[in-house]
Amino acid sequence: MSKKENFLKGFFKENPIFVFLLGMCPALAVTATFETSLGMGLLVVLVLTGSNIVVSLVKNYIPDQVRTPSYIVIIATFVTVVKMLTFAYAIDLYDALGVFLPLIVVNCLILGRAEAFASKNNVIDSAIDGIGMGLGFTFALVVIGVFREFLATGGIMWGVYLPFFVDAPIHLFTLDWIINLFADGFVIADYGLAVFSLPPGAFIALGIILASFQFKRSRQLKKEEDEKKRFIEEKKKIAMEKKKAKALAAAKLVKAGE
Amino acid sequence: MSFTVFATAIISAMLINNVILMQFLGICPFLGVSKKSSSAIGMSAAVLFVMVIASAVTYTIYDLVLFPFDIPYISTIAFILVIASLVQFVEMVIKKFSKPLYKSLGIYLPLITTNCAILGVSEGNITGIWTETTPYWEGLFTAVSVSIGTGLGFGLIIFAFSSIREKLDGSNVPAAWKGVPISLVVAGIMSLAFLGLAGII
Repeated sequence: MSKKENFLKGFFKENPIFVFLLGMCPALAVTATFETSLGMGLLVVLVLTGSNIVVSLVKNYIPDQVRTPSYIVIIATFVTVVKMLTFAYAIDLYDALGVFLPLIVVNCLILGRAEAFASKNNVIDSAIDGIGMGLGFTFALVVIGVFREFLATGGIMWGVYLPFFVDAPIHLFTLDWIINLFADGFVIADYGLAVFSLPPGAFIALGIILASFQFKRSRQLKKEEDEKKRFIEEKKKIAMEKKKAKALAAAKLVKAGE
Repeated sequence: MSFTVFATAIISAMLINNVILMQFLGICPFLGVSKKSSSAIGMSAAVLFVMVIASAVTYTIYDLVLFPFDIPYISTIAFILVIASLVQFVEMVIKKFSKPLYKSLGIYLPLITTNCAILGVSEGNITGIWTETTPYWEGLFTAVSVSIGTGLGFGLIIFAFSSIREKLDGSNVPAAWKGVPISLVVAGIMSLAFLGLAGII
């Protein structure tokens, strides 16, 4: 596998949430807004890359019997570092993520990558795998977060939880101005589907997104199957024609003999 | 330490702030083990058992060791190690003293180490219940009550969901929605029902 493939596999082919259903708890819990999902995803990227690098460095010194506990300690150390960094630089994000920040420790994705990839590969490949898989996880979280925030409020905010680049919270995207062309003083947030920012909306939104993925995949599978069927039929046809030709030739020979 | 505290903690942790439907902890066993009612009951019994012991032990460690020695920032590492070794220890004890219990719970115990509900409840006890001035026994009592309520809530939801899923298996679901997507939407509808219980305390 080339380095580019290694990096890109986390986005669609081996996406942790949409394909493997790993790390579903944060995917449901912290995706109420675009910003919290992005923040959570980037923290997971940091932890996953760090733990992958350290695990691949020390893999030869860890006895096989205590492998999993040692990996968990490495991951927990990185989670503690990341927790303190978030507390120092983005206190609102820290409050919004709450218990799910320490819970990165038990995210199956991170332990899974440590066991399945970093303990068998060298440092550079493991680091690339960590960044790629982490960004794939972030991509999935952001898709869910944008879907939910847009349906709940009719816009995407920036600057509430991640106070970088801007002084005050701004709208990255909003539908207000389109509707204001027709009706003045209309605030779309008052008419949002508030359920999508609440727990039930999380389940339903993730269900809809997973179903669309499954729909696409089932169509692809059907296409492949059809192609296979056509291929087999063509081969059968060719074989039949060959048989026919052979039989004809044999009949001719017989005739000629008479 | 009174019955009111106990009852309030049970109702609020079991029904209002349900661990699966409202706090999103333990989604993996919720989707993975809930295909059959019998395995759902076994899993939830094991979770309840470990959760009560783990929250008592982690609360004790935080109050009597980590805080007095001024190292509370290490709590995540300490808790996950304690929980992992505790699960192994519980498994060994059950194996030694009660064969039938081991037979019914044994296969679910190793799965619990990476169950976020256990660590989540332990961390939640520290952020929600623990304060510098709370007497140790009072805090421990509340923490254990909350963890009993949480474990019962986990069992209630995972059992109800497994029953729904057994029915769902026989119904005609469109190909795109088969499996996890329809389960998630069913969970969402259950969550809507439980949202109606908010504010009864």
